[in-house]
Amino acid sequence: MLKQTKQTKQTLQSALNIHNVSDRMVKYIFAVVGFISVSFLFLIMIFLFKEGLPVFKVVSVKDFLFGTSWYPTSEPPKFGTLPLIIASLSVTFIGAIIAVPFSLGVAIYLSELAPSIVREVVKPGIELIASIPSVIIGFFGMVVIAPFLQDHFDIDTGLNLFNASIMLAFMAIPTIASISEDALSSVPVSLKEASYALGANRWQTIIHITMPAALSGIWTAIILGIARVLGETMVVLMVAGGATTFPTSLFDPVRPLTANIAAEMAEASYRSDHYFALFAIGIILFILTMLFNVIANYLSMKYKFKYH
Amino acid sequence: MASLQAKAKAIEKTSFIIITALSYTIIAFLLFVLGYIFLQGYRALNWEFLTAFPKNEMREGGIFPALLGTLYLMIGSSVISVPIGVMTAIYLTEYVENIKVLQFIRLGINNLAGVPSVVFGLFGLSVFVIFLDFGSSIIAGSLTLGILNLPLVIRSTEEALLTVPTSYREASLSLGATKWQTIYKIVLPTALPGILTGIMLSLGRAAGETAPIMFTCATFYTPHIPDSLFSEVMALPYHIYVLATAGTHIEATRHIQYGTAIVLIVLVLGLNFTGMILRYKYRKKFKQ
Repeated sequence: MLKQTKQTKQTLQSALNIHNVSDRMVKYIFAVVGFISVSFLFLIMIFLFKEGLPVFKVVSVKDFLFGTSWYPTSEPPKFGTLPLIIASLSVTFIGAIIAVPFSLGVAIYLSELAPSIVREVVKPGIELIASIPSVIIGFFGMVVIAPFLQDHFDIDTGLNLFNASIMLAFMAIPTIASISEDALSSVPVSLKEASYALGANRWQTIIHITMPAALSGIWTAIILGIARVLGETMVVLMVAGGATTFPTSLFDPVRPLTANIAAEMAEASYRSDHYFALFAIGIILFILTMLFNVIANYLSMKYKFKYH
Repeated sequence: MASLQAKAKAIEKTSFIIITALSYTIIAFLLFVLGYIFLQGYRALNWEFLTAFPKNEMREGGIFPALLGTLYLMIGSSVISVPIGVMTAIYLTEYVENIKVLQFIRLGINNLAGVPSVVFGLFGLSVFVIFLDFGSSIIAGSLTLGILNLPLVIRSTEEALLTVPTSYREASLSLGATKWQTIYKIVLPTALPGILTGIMLSLGRAAGETAPIMFTCATFYTPHIPDSLFSEVMALPYHIYVLATAGTHIEATRHIQYGTAIVLIVLVLGLNFTGMILRYKYRKKFKQ
């Protein structure tokens, strides 16, 4: 009897041990996969630098960043990316100027004004914008906005900086609006109530209390929106016009960094200077968007600690 | 005093009108974009359009190979992103004890999510097409899109797992189940609708992305359907891009461009919409 109990105990123990061992193994497998996920970020970095840095054997970093002409196939080739950088910055900047008021409008409307039934429809509607493929938005810019601009303004082409900025703004709105809305909604009710108790009306409370309290969240939203616009490719490839010159007006055709990579990669032969240069442009984009993400991350951390 | 208050009231009213107008402008623009494309393109749609090969230098016929190619890429990319993404999310929510490790992986994933899609294209080109010598192929495109989708799958799975009440886990553990048994038999089945949301969203993204597939797998035209993982494919978004911007028949293929755009929109928004409904129901289930 005693022997039997001992035996049962032993089998039970070994069964538990097996479970413990397999449980620990499972944990290690998951950990490995988790680190594989992150490793892709480093893999991207390694290959971008491996394929991009060789261009600096033929052009200095200074000439690459500040050179004013991009003629990759001329003899000798010129790899000055300044017109492309200016193009990226200008479509991004003008896009943001258009997107921010609309996005904040949507965010305030959804968090403060909309009746809950309306919110249940409008909020997913705005989210749906984010899921429209960029090639569709670019296509719409080509077939609708471009002819419209050409007919109503006295310009050579409807495919230009302004058109690209409008379409990019449309794409950035869901990002900026939904993150701003989260920030506005998480402002403690007690702050607003204190404001009402002092006799402020709803608008005064929004402007003087809720918005300032949510400010770092709103900045996070704007920066993430900007990062998205800066990295967007298809829209600017299709509607920005493609000229590698400096824009002098809102209606000049331009070619942002992303569009330039997409437009020229197919014609650059493998490991040519042109190929290296396009990867080096990828490095610029990678660093810029990384920078924006780190800033946004930092701001949102700061925000989270404030109220939670 | 009274007039000051009246003034404040008037400002409030005007501001609210402006804000409401801004919001509805955006919704109206969304409806305009979708409505315009539908009205211009619905005539191109019929059974043949979906099931036939392009004819007469793309000016007639259907988009079957592009549709099929996009489906291949959707499946191929999820074979990469779903297992890796779900396992990473399980690790992050259920296993990690060291907060430093957690922050490191989170930061990495956030930054991966921020990498521009065209940079993913460069990455796919240099690693899969050239370095691993897959050539421009379904497998290179799928791997690129799969990695692009990882952050999306990880985040939505994480959200789904975190929604599962701790009491479920405690009940299972107290009955003597091991941690893995608890995850496998209790947490994952409960979180399944939430995880499916992430999968739907990532499938939609794989179908709609253009820049990452331009250098890694997409081709303008193939006369036959791909016969192996190492074949090039046509894909819906690339088809629209090429027809609308290159070639000599931009105007003559307009109806095909609109038709393809509708198919892509229905596919992508359909997936996203299904995902959003699943998520809505899932969140509601656990909301007290």
